[in-house]
Amino acid sequence: MSSVLSVSDLRKAYRSTVAVDGISFSVGIGEIVGLLGPNGAGKTTTINMILSVLSPTSGAITIDGINTATHRTRALERTNFSAVYAPLPGNMTVAENLRFFGMLYAVKDLSKRIDVLIAQFDLERFRNTKCGVLSSGEQTRACLAKAMLNQPTLLLLDEPTASLDPSKAQEIREIVRKLATQHRCGILWTSHNMYEVESVCDRVLFMSKGKILLEGNPRTLPQEYGKETLEELFITVAREPLTLEENHGR
Amino acid sequence: MVVSRVLGVALRQYYLIRGSLTRIIPLFVWVAIDIVLWGFITQYLNSFTGQRSNFVPMILGAVLLWGFLVRVMQGTTMAFMEDSWSRNFLNLFATPMTITEYVTGLVLASIASSMVGLFVMFALAVTVFGLSFFAYGMLIIPFLLVLFLFGIAIGIFGCALMLRLGPSAEWFVWPIPALLSPFACVFYPLSTLPVWMQYVSFLIPPTYVFEGLRAIVAGQPVADGTLLWGIGLAVLYILLACWFFTRVYRHAVRTGLIARYSAESAS
Repeated sequence: MSSVLSVSDLRKAYRSTVAVDGISFSVGIGEIVGLLGPNGAGKTTTINMILSVLSPTSGAITIDGINTATHRTRALERTNFSAVYAPLPGNMTVAENLRFFGMLYAVKDLSKRIDVLIAQFDLERFRNTKCGVLSSGEQTRACLAKAMLNQPTLLLLDEPTASLDPSKAQEIREIVRKLATQHRCGILWTSHNMYEVESVCDRVLFMSKGKILLEGNPRTLPQEYGKETLEELFITVAREPLTLEENHGR
Repeated sequence: MVVSRVLGVALRQYYLIRGSLTRIIPLFVWVAIDIVLWGFITQYLNSFTGQRSNFVPMILGAVLLWGFLVRVMQGTTMAFMEDSWSRNFLNLFATPMTITEYVTGLVLASIASSMVGLFVMFALAVTVFGLSFFAYGMLIIPFLLVLFLFGIAIGIFGCALMLRLGPSAEWFVWPIPALLSPFACVFYPLSTLPVWMQYVSFLIPPTYVFEGLRAIVAGQPVADGTLLWGIGLAVLYILLACWFFTRVYRHAVRTGLIARYSAESAS
């Protein structure tokens, strides 16, 4: 499988603190990869480096074969993201936000694209509503609509369903799956909902203390490490990473 | 440079301003109050001097031109502050937009908003207080150009300062024009200042505008070279401000400041 994202020996250190410690991984075309790990594992730092809002201490990132360090603009034209900690400006309406970001991504035929996304994410009622007064679930959908504006080759989703009710979360998962299968978009997905990860992701990477400890199919990985569920494996990664590191090394 | 990105940054300001009285009113109210206040002061001063001298073109003209510079600077910084207040930097800097496109967009937004202030000041000064711009002749164009360019330069510098030090640094940015005004010789000739202040004034482009304005009112010629020097200095400051902004941005990307801007971790 050729990759839309290739991360090679990526490292980020703040003086003596190492946030990301020489990780390498890739995301294939149409593949959904779960980036999992406890708080402070280095997931968001990794995503920030892929988005070029944080420069790596060393290592390389290529998106669709384009190096982000040397061709940032070209690489980011193919990328988009949605994160709970980056809401759309609350003082603009959904349609205004989509137009603003659509222009920044230089989306062609923007009005038509906005209409499609507003329908796709069930935002018609909120088209002229300021994002700041939307419920958290509605804001998440608006953020996801923004993330789809440029039909990205690589989509980074940081806990995209964290504030959605189960029904809406299910809809979003279906949309994202469709994006991966129909539009051949590679997706890097972080979530603390292991049920969701198991149902959506083709592959997962477990991070702890800046390193990738485990990698594999979320449906078979727990059994490989003698655990019943993905959640149990997650808890082990969070509490006893060393035991897994030893197993991983063997 | 991709035009749609530049226009996008400016369009955002239009969206914010069109629906908000709190943003529309400051575009012209403070400068209008300045014109009214100084208009009456000049009328009062004229009552002492009679026909011998007219303070309107000298003082009210200076107030108007200085007000224009302040509006240009604030137009740029306000557009940047909107992104700071709405914690939009992560969304913004994760797009393909370049720093040049962003800064150009801020400048474009500033041109639009400062024109509103300029128009209101012109209208009031001309219709209520009888200020005639024919008195300045064609030199009004380079006067406005120098002030516009320098307003942009200090606006970009202010944005860089806020990016480096965090949202609360806006309190360093608002007083910049007030800090410069004694050196810019807005209301008095350069020769009034002590020698050390004059050296600083020579480095500030608006000094050449206000010296030129007083020369015209006094019926003396304005040397072409002085205004060209003012334009050259203002362009130099724009380049320096852009260089400073780029350096601060690179520092912010290296340290992760953009992703955790509101933490003000750099200050």
